[in-house]
Amino acid sequence: MREMCVATETRTTADSPLVAPGHTTATVTDKIAAVVLQSTPRWFYPAFGASFGLLMLFMYAVTILFAKGVGIWGVNNPAGWGFAIVNFVWWIGIGHAGTLISAILLLLRQKWRQSINRFAEAMTLFAVACAGIYPILHLGRPWLAYWLFPYPATTGVWPQFRSPLIWDVFAISTYALVSLMFWYVGLIPDLATLRDRTQNRIARVVYGMMAMGWRGSAAHWHNHDTACILLAALATPLVVSVHSVVSLDFAAGLIPGWHATIFPPYFVAGAIFAGFAMVITLAIPLRAAFGLHDFITERHVRNMAKVMLATGLIVNYGYAIEIFIAWYSGNEYEQYMLTNRVLGPYRYIWYSLILCNVVATQFLWSAKVRSSAVAVWVVSMFINVGMWLERFVIVVTSLTRDFMPSAWGMYYPTRFDYFTFFGTIGLFLSLMFLFVRLLPMISIFEIRTLLPKARAKEKSA
Amino acid sequence: MSESDRTDAARYWRGLEERTPDAALQAQLRPEFTPQADVAPQGLDRRHFMQVMGASFALAGLGACTRQPVEELVPYARPPEDLVPGRPLYFATALTLGGFASGVLVESHTGRPTKIEGNPEHPSSLGATDRFAQAALLDLYDPDRSRAVLHLQRIRSWEAFLQVLEPALEAQVPLQGAGLRILSGSSTSPTLAAQMQRIRARFPQARWHRYETVSRDGLRSATLAAFGRYVEVRYDFSQADVVVALDSDFLTTGPGCVRYAKDFMARRRVREGQYGMSRLYCIESTPSATGAVADHRLSLPPAQQLACAFALAFECGVHGTGVLGPAGAGDLEKWRQIIGLDLREHAGRSIVIAGDESPVELQALALAMNQRLGNLGRSVIVSEPIEVEPTSHIGSLRDLVQDMRAGQVELLLVLGGNPVYDAPADLDFTAAMAKVPLRAHLAFAEDETSENCHWHLPLAHELETWSDARAHDGTVSVMQPLIDPLFGGKSMHELLAVVAGDKERNGIDIVRRTWTERLGADFDTRWRRILHDGVVAGSEEPLLPLELQRDSLTQLFLGVASDLAPRLERRNDSLEVVFRVDPTVHDGRFANNGWLQELPKPWTRLTWDNAALLAPATAARLGLANEDMVELEQGTRKVRAPVWVLPGQPEDVVTLHLGYGRRRVGRVGTGAGFDAHPLRTSAGLVHASGLRLRPTGEQVKLACTQLQHAMEGRHLVREGSLSEFRDHPHFAQEMGHGVHAPTSLYPGFEYEGRAWGMVVDLGACTGCNACVVACNAENNIPVVGKAQVRKGREMHWLRIDRYFEGSAEDPRVVQQPVMCMHCENAPCEPVCPVGATSHGKEGLNEMVYNRCVGTRYCANNCPYKVRRFNFLQYADQETEVLKMLRNPDVTVRTRGVMEKCTYCVQRINQTRIQIKKEDRPLRDGEILTACQQVCPSDAIIFGDINDPNSKVAKLRQQPLHYGILEELNTRPRTTYLARVTNPNPERGAAAGHAGDVRGH
Amino acid sequence: MPQIFHHSTNTLARVTIFGAAFLVAAALGAATLLDRSAYWTRQTEVLKQPVPFSHDHHVGGIGIDCRYCHTSVENAAFAGIPPTATCMNCHSQIWADSPTLEPVRESFRTGQPLRWARVTDLPDFVYFDHSIHVAKGIGCVECHGRIDRMPLTHMASPLQMRWCLDCHRHPEKRLRPRAEVFNVKWEPPANAEAMRAQLAEEYRVTSMTDCSTCHR
Repeated sequence: MREMCVATETRTTADSPLVAPGHTTATVTDKIAAVVLQSTPRWFYPAFGASFGLLMLFMYAVTILFAKGVGIWGVNNPAGWGFAIVNFVWWIGIGHAGTLISAILLLLRQKWRQSINRFAEAMTLFAVACAGIYPILHLGRPWLAYWLFPYPATTGVWPQFRSPLIWDVFAISTYALVSLMFWYVGLIPDLATLRDRTQNRIARVVYGMMAMGWRGSAAHWHNHDTACILLAALATPLVVSVHSVVSLDFAAGLIPGWHATIFPPYFVAGAIFAGFAMVITLAIPLRAAFGLHDFITERHVRNMAKVMLATGLIVNYGYAIEIFIAWYSGNEYEQYMLTNRVLGPYRYIWYSLILCNVVATQFLWSAKVRSSAVAVWVVSMFINVGMWLERFVIVVTSLTRDFMPSAWGMYYPTRFDYFTFFGTIGLFLSLMFLFVRLLPMISIFEIRTLLPKARAKEKSA
Repeated sequence: MSESDRTDAARYWRGLEERTPDAALQAQLRPEFTPQADVAPQGLDRRHFMQVMGASFALAGLGACTRQPVEELVPYARPPEDLVPGRPLYFATALTLGGFASGVLVESHTGRPTKIEGNPEHPSSLGATDRFAQAALLDLYDPDRSRAVLHLQRIRSWEAFLQVLEPALEAQVPLQGAGLRILSGSSTSPTLAAQMQRIRARFPQARWHRYETVSRDGLRSATLAAFGRYVEVRYDFSQADVVVALDSDFLTTGPGCVRYAKDFMARRRVREGQYGMSRLYCIESTPSATGAVADHRLSLPPAQQLACAFALAFECGVHGTGVLGPAGAGDLEKWRQIIGLDLREHAGRSIVIAGDESPVELQALALAMNQRLGNLGRSVIVSEPIEVEPTSHIGSLRDLVQDMRAGQVELLLVLGGNPVYDAPADLDFTAAMAKVPLRAHLAFAEDETSENCHWHLPLAHELETWSDARAHDGTVSVMQPLIDPLFGGKSMHELLAVVAGDKERNGIDIVRRTWTERLGADFDTRWRRILHDGVVAGSEEPLLPLELQRDSLTQLFLGVASDLAPRLERRNDSLEVVFRVDPTVHDGRFANNGWLQELPKPWTRLTWDNAALLAPATAARLGLANEDMVELEQGTRKVRAPVWVLPGQPEDVVTLHLGYGRRRVGRVGTGAGFDAHPLRTSAGLVHASGLRLRPTGEQVKLACTQLQHAMEGRHLVREGSLSEFRDHPHFAQEMGHGVHAPTSLYPGFEYEGRAWGMVVDLGACTGCNACVVACNAENNIPVVGKAQVRKGREMHWLRIDRYFEGSAEDPRVVQQPVMCMHCENAPCEPVCPVGATSHGKEGLNEMVYNRCVGTRYCANNCPYKVRRFNFLQYADQETEVLKMLRNPDVTVRTRGVMEKCTYCVQRINQTRIQIKKEDRPLRDGEILTACQQVCPSDAIIFGDINDPNSKVAKLRQQPLHYGILEELNTRPRTTYLARVTNPNPERGAAAGHAGDVRGH
Repeated sequence: MPQIFHHSTNTLARVTIFGAAFLVAAALGAATLLDRSAYWTRQTEVLKQPVPFSHDHHVGGIGIDCRYCHTSVENAAFAGIPPTATCMNCHSQIWADSPTLEPVRESFRTGQPLRWARVTDLPDFVYFDHSIHVAKGIGCVECHGRIDRMPLTHMASPLQMRWCLDCHRHPEKRLRPRAEVFNVKWEPPANAEAMRAQLAEEYRVTSMTDCSTCHR
């Protein structure tokens, strides 16, 4: 820890402080630990209740799904994929911010990450959990999902490693695993803090067990930091690889609108774009709810807005290239794909997508917008929607009109499609709410290192 | 057609396509029969829900961890002779429609019929069948068949019925049977004829009435007028260079249609260096399957059509047809000259044919023209009648109704048929019948008529009974049962035997009696031979040298002409209605047959419904669009029907298909379509004017299997005129982008040994749909129901694509059978995560159902979209009787599994094993796929493309040969021969040709 | 502040953490073994039959040829289970009144078939053809084992797909002269290798591993 933070370049000090002035180690700890230790705020119950209700809706939808089959959804010929895959890609995208913030920004020594990485990682885990459910649900025979794993079967046959879906299995399971470990390792010192501060006996035992006997000795810190760096190094390539692999589900197919070489970079950018949007969507209300303005400052919001703008522009570039190539290729199917997006039966989806991801993003050019938490939050909401629409356009619009006009069709989601979608949102929010109540959503020990006092000490050292 | 027109047309089609219903409205679907497809959790109470929840999660978790259950082996106690377990046996018999037989070979697995094939020995079949013969199997196993004798809806026994019938008959004896009436459809059965003789002997005063929706009355009365007696008319299309079809769908419906299609298409098969080809003109008042393959198609309202026929007859020099003068508009005038000239140039080698449903005047004109052109005895053969005691059906029915009204009928036996449903409305058959003190109905299933009879008697299926019947050319077949009556039904013969008071009371004895009389000496060997062959050799009707009675015909023509004149003035305030039997459920007798209900109809691609067909212009004028509910009013009678806008329909003509809207029918037919009969009077059986149409503002949902009707300028169906083909034979291959040189880092797979391939001859395809039903039957393909079809989930492995080209008023329609292409570079294969679809050494793209987990990635990635997914549990696994239907050589798929055309791999494997055991090479044509075997016009050819002498390999060398979407480098094994049409050079351009269909 | 945990818990923690890893591995291993076990495949299980028929006696003892009862084995997919009539050919004289054979006699009297429990049972989606295997020189015992030593019949092979594939990938390893196919006691000669190679040549034996060979 120390070593790492000694290296903190003084550039950050030039900008406004990352922690509001007047904080001491004690106040920081009090304030953040309080979120968990104080009695539950009144608003929590209805909020959690609502998301839990959605979760129950999800359980209902899934039960009917298992009992009757994917036919309860709107999927058909030619649209073999629908909401399930759209949601899957959407959630995976969202699940990118956390690891990016914790891993890449850590390696880049971006100190401002330290107050948002904790719940960004949590969010990542929960998003990946939601995403991971869909590939199984959308199977015709979900109880055979384990056939996608390479294991010595009595049939003597193995999965087919040429299929992008198999690559998915590996990419996503690895990503989930590493993110979880990263998150947990980061939590240990704070778990110890909670263990020491909580008055509740059970809580103390539980936190105690999770803290794995952390005493904050130099040796502990040393191992901890090494672990952090190693995991960061491990996680960094994953940030890029996971969504590249997911994009290959489409790029490896030959459907016009899928079969494009630009997909991997464009999907990764989109993922970070969506991820930061979701972080903001969560961070700003939480900050308000628990009065954490001292730790999540306007500067954090500004930085995240900048990241969104940058990645957003890459995504927009992706759109532009898609259009250009469709025209430039001179391929009649590609060209029809384009006209179909713009003029076909799903044109309004495409228009809204442009509105959300292209138009809305441009507002982030203005410093005024960036420095207004509310404005940034609104933009982030647009982006959340926009990214979902983007996946819908890619999956459904392309599938419903490919090569044989005689086989063209339409995709209409059924109520079970919506139940499942909102259901996973419920799952996500429920986990999120439990998280903020049970674990410190801001990394206490890392904030401490941002305190002027700490820095002074480092300077003198 | 010019660029601008095309874009117009294209826009027009999109317009149609965008009328697809949206999700919100789907919810309001009226309940349809959808096997296992009710997705909404109806009546799922808490307890049950918990069970389901528990069960389904357990299923999801442990679904795979199951030990093999212990199964039973049940051998015979005493083995039947010549039965090898696991080996099918084939029996020759025949199936009838409208009394006429088509010979079939039925595959039987340990005593249960599982597939029907055409009998190569039989003149009306020559090895192929139509869609109805294929679907007969599902009728046999229909769980909704009646299973018991009913008296006033209460279950009784056959004996109980006899105890009522026999006294009633005795009572008739003194009256000489004056009060006895029998009503049936027309029949060609010698046995039935003999029985009728015996009945007459016992009851001289008894009368036998006949009625069918497709009565062929027009033809009968025409022959009566032309020859002064009833005769049968049949055609030899192998002798015809020019064919003019007046409302005739001779390629896909009516007696002998299978044979006709074969002969007709054989005369149109053009190959490199072989350019002889017949020409077909269709002049029709509503689009028909035959019209779709015509070289020139004129679509006219009935009156104009008749006028046109008159003009044509005049052109051919038929007496008494001049009175009408020039036929209407200038364009028609030109047509008259052109067709007339073409006919005269091919005098003696042409055919003018009117439809089975056409009225007498059209039939008479056709006969007269054929006589004048010297076709009689050459391409048109007149023979002794083939039906037993031919009579005018409508007349016969009218008499019956009068007698019943007059209370002269004391005992009415209705043998088959469903008069209460399909008798002309004005006769009010039901009310008249109510006056009969004792009424019995022998019927396949409880229907509208049996409701109105005292007794309902289950009729045995033709595959369950002994009988005999004659082909369109008179050839006799003896029909033998494949299985005992499943639900204890009786045959007509068995009932009539009681009436006749014979001592032979069961099928075999009755039929044998007829044949012992006929065959005489050496009965047993000849009898066995007949049963084995399925036909009585040399029993066809010889041609009858008859002179046409010119005067009576002239009288007829003058009469018709005089009252035709007024009909020719178009009145805009009212429409004309045209009635046709439905192309898939026929006259309603197949209303409970899921295979036929789900069969997309030619032109409309509608399933599960009939509709009021309107021309685009008419619809536009009335402000109507697809699925709008309208009220049709003819005189005092009203019918509510959904609109379907059909390009190619004549203006101001509404076509209504009969056979739908059955009130009393099994689960499948219930709620399908509307009943058009209330508008159909004995005066206007075929067409009538003065129809009023009123929009109701309501909408209903129809299930159409194809939403896009334009080819979008993609070169899927390729077509050219004969002259074009002669000038540059490779025109088809020059269309499209052609194949890129296969570029791959890896060496391609070498197919040593056999390499399966299929060629579909688009020029020969009539779009008759027989292949689709055959595929259903062979491969255990489930019926999914209307709601699922509307979602785009029909399971047909083989579909027939239909595209319109040209203007909305006078479009050209092209059809293309599409099944799995078995691509050598199959896009579906690399994307499957579990390798459930993979490539065989002989080039088959194989689908392993039991390995499939259902990601549907393969279907997404299939550019031809030929893969089908079991979104729900479609295959009925509960109904016992349906289990007997299944082909034991093909896995019955469960939900969540992908499936598709396999080139009938089960047949390939059986033959492969056979030739390996015999240690000999494969003979070309030894393996027939189900679709190929059934195709009447030999449009589908399958075989080993590695064998240079195989038919399929040779066809692949033809200049007309091309593959679709080859530019994707999929290297399809299923390929096509471009369609060549033979337009009249005079009119080639105007009629819309080659150029169009290229559509750039 | 007071200790929450006794320091022995440290060891406890370590054990559980590492133990967990081993537990998972063990569970997976167990599953894999169970999957292959004779219990799971019912390989050695003797099923309850209406009549305790002994192949040991009829084949091993009396030496009846397989084809006497399994008549269609050479010309159909299904080897054929003998109709009651076949049993009665002998048992109308021999053991004519043995109580154990009563079910057989009854079946013959009433015409009601005997209901045997299926011992060698492939899943319904597998299409196995006896005739071609026999024709290519695969002996009965290759799959059915030494049936002549089974007083009560049980499965001799796991009948799992990988087991089928073993042979389908290298069919030559299991070949024998056609004449010896039904000879359960046949032992490969010394020059088995050469002979089999030569037989493979002669019978045109090829490795059939397309999915559609067995699945349709």
